[in-house]
Amino acid sequence: MSLEIKVGLASCGLAAGARDVYTAIENYLHKEKIAADLKKTACIGMCFAEPIVEISSEKFAPIIYGRITPEEVPELIEKFLTGTPNTAKAIIAKDCEAEENDTYNSQTRIVLRNCGKIDPVSIDDYLKVDGYKALEKSLKNMNRTEIIDEIKESGLRGRGGAGFPTGLKWQFAYNENNKKKYIICNADEGDPGAFMDRSVLEGDPHSIIEGMIIGAYAIGADEGYIYCRAEYPMAIKHLRIAIEAAEEKNLLGENIHGTEFNFELHIKEGAGAFVCGEETALMASIEGERGMPRIRPPFPAQSGLWGKPTNINNVETFANIAWIILNGAASYAKYGTEKSKGTKVFALAGMIRNSGLIEVPMGMPIRDVIYKVGGGMKTERPFKAVQMGGPSGGCIPAKLLDTTIDYDSITKTGAIMGSGGMVVMDTSTCMVDIARFFLNFTQNESCGKCTFCRVGTKRMLEILTKITEGKGEMEDLEKLETLSKNIIKGSLCGLGQTAPNPVLTTLKYFRDEYVAHIVDKKCVAGVCKPLIKYEVIEDKCIGCTACARKCPTKAISGKVKEIHLIDQDACIKCGICFDVCKFDAISKS
Amino acid sequence: MTNIQKEINYVIDKFIGKKGILIPLLQEIQDIERYLSKETMSFVAKRTGIKLAEIYGVATFYSMFRLKPQGEHIIRICKGTACHVSNANSIMDSLRNNLTFANSDEDTTTDGKFTLMEVACLGCCSLAPVIMVDEDTFGKLTSESIAKILKKYD
Repeated sequence: MSLEIKVGLASCGLAAGARDVYTAIENYLHKEKIAADLKKTACIGMCFAEPIVEISSEKFAPIIYGRITPEEVPELIEKFLTGTPNTAKAIIAKDCEAEENDTYNSQTRIVLRNCGKIDPVSIDDYLKVDGYKALEKSLKNMNRTEIIDEIKESGLRGRGGAGFPTGLKWQFAYNENNKKKYIICNADEGDPGAFMDRSVLEGDPHSIIEGMIIGAYAIGADEGYIYCRAEYPMAIKHLRIAIEAAEEKNLLGENIHGTEFNFELHIKEGAGAFVCGEETALMASIEGERGMPRIRPPFPAQSGLWGKPTNINNVETFANIAWIILNGAASYAKYGTEKSKGTKVFALAGMIRNSGLIEVPMGMPIRDVIYKVGGGMKTERPFKAVQMGGPSGGCIPAKLLDTTIDYDSITKTGAIMGSGGMVVMDTSTCMVDIARFFLNFTQNESCGKCTFCRVGTKRMLEILTKITEGKGEMEDLEKLETLSKNIIKGSLCGLGQTAPNPVLTTLKYFRDEYVAHIVDKKCVAGVCKPLIKYEVIEDKCIGCTACARKCPTKAISGKVKEIHLIDQDACIKCGICFDVCKFDAISKS
Repeated sequence: MTNIQKEINYVIDKFIGKKGILIPLLQEIQDIERYLSKETMSFVAKRTGIKLAEIYGVATFYSMFRLKPQGEHIIRICKGTACHVSNANSIMDSLRNNLTFANSDEDTTTDGKFTLMEVACLGCCSLAPVIMVDEDTFGKLTSESIAKILKKYD
């Protein structure tokens, strides 16, 4: 019988030790002389259960196992072969109970259709799952306006954050009468806490390339760029291999599919600047300059890269295209709400049990995303807020958990859909500290062109820092609101216009916490160092000396079997004593 | 001409005459010395005709370019949201406590072995808190596990 084994070797899998598991499988198959097709795939999205191994054969339905160690490999394969699989480690399986069956089945996978299933660097694997069929259909059976109409009808909106209708954007670029046009894929995923694009780039690079070729044909571009951040070395490697393979098969290059259509695709590595996610800044960066946004109009569709008409979409948007062309606009529009069609990929992270990548239809309530698909909270501590949209977004509190996921409903809360980062927070997160964290980020990443963004965010950061140090005053809250309004009005690009969102949403939903920091000098979550104090609980301390040995400033005194004492003047509040004490004898207040 | 200049010349020859070259050019040149020295930037300006001010402007704009010599291994500490809520600050403290620096502003250890660098997000949020030593990612860290990781690079 033919045995097939797949191991997820994306960044998250590798960091969890998947390479050793792969080697263990290779060695075992060799040693036992078992004939099997051992494959490297990428991320299936269940990052919390890495390393992940999938085993299937003609005889038995596939079982996906999670949290596998190299030592467990022999038993896993042996039991599968004898038809008595070890289901305790199964996370997804068809024929038997598995831990994550429900969470997986509640997803709808369009963008992630191939992630974790195919070998991302094998074009043959992609071709086997109807890869490049949509391109063939576009070139042979559709004319350019028909493609654009199909995308318009599907209702697909830009997945980079702003949600501009993709078909309309293509129409604008198509309308321009110019021999030279460019198409760009924005893969500069800079939002901290978001990794949707990384997983698709690593796991299914051909789907993005195919989407770009179709887009290029539709708008009339003959050259394209994928602008990918350099922090994603594996994504860049997979893209390079994929582009070469597509060139060899004449899916890129001259006279594609024997038509007059030529298309050349390049990769540009970003050099680390968040503002380059903004389209005009991104183009300046490709041109080799400092990535600073410029005034629009003219829009990139009229005058973009090197002054030529240019269309920019993000990774997830492109990954939808081939599916829409192949299955039709109506099948896509079946999913979602009236104004937000299709599905959305989210990166679940933070204090959630199933952190990883999920794809759900638009219109699902946030509550279901967190508790059904995400498996609920990671610890006993209760839910406090979910941060959506990264530094441009905001914190959505528990009372708004029934908000549905669509562009307009999310915007109403004060957050934004953004690119899809969802960081779940529990009561151990301080909302003032989170606001300060994002402001610190946007202030660092402000390119400096607009005064309000450059100086305004700095002043806001100073105020927030003051509050987290217990030195805030009540007037500061008004100052924060005034500064926010002015920064939104006085900034040229999305970075500045949205920078105050994290502060505004936390002020709106968690004002009590700001007041507690200012008036009571208290940080309820126990995060803001100047406001917390570590002490030894005398009844619980057995004098094991673990804390004293680990204390970096030697602030803890006490002999073996005697109650210890923390010198408050020497304590730097690093919390190591709290973490290492096995007897819960350190209190944090 | 020094060996380094020869290598730099070779890189420049590859790019010269093409459009939009400055960033990839500096990226490749940085790989040679692992940072961009003042001399190197002047040399690039002379050879390519790009103004030194423009080169310096680009080098200081993007966080990837480093203007000071680097340690043998670069430790990237993820400061993304998921890592932040998973107490990434204590990881930074632990790294600084386990290594020796001339002063608290210095990012490279006195023995030149490691350079610490904070980065916005490494995209491995499910494993938060995360650090990356050169090309290897380490996740689910505690202040305890740092010492073990550092030992691997001894």
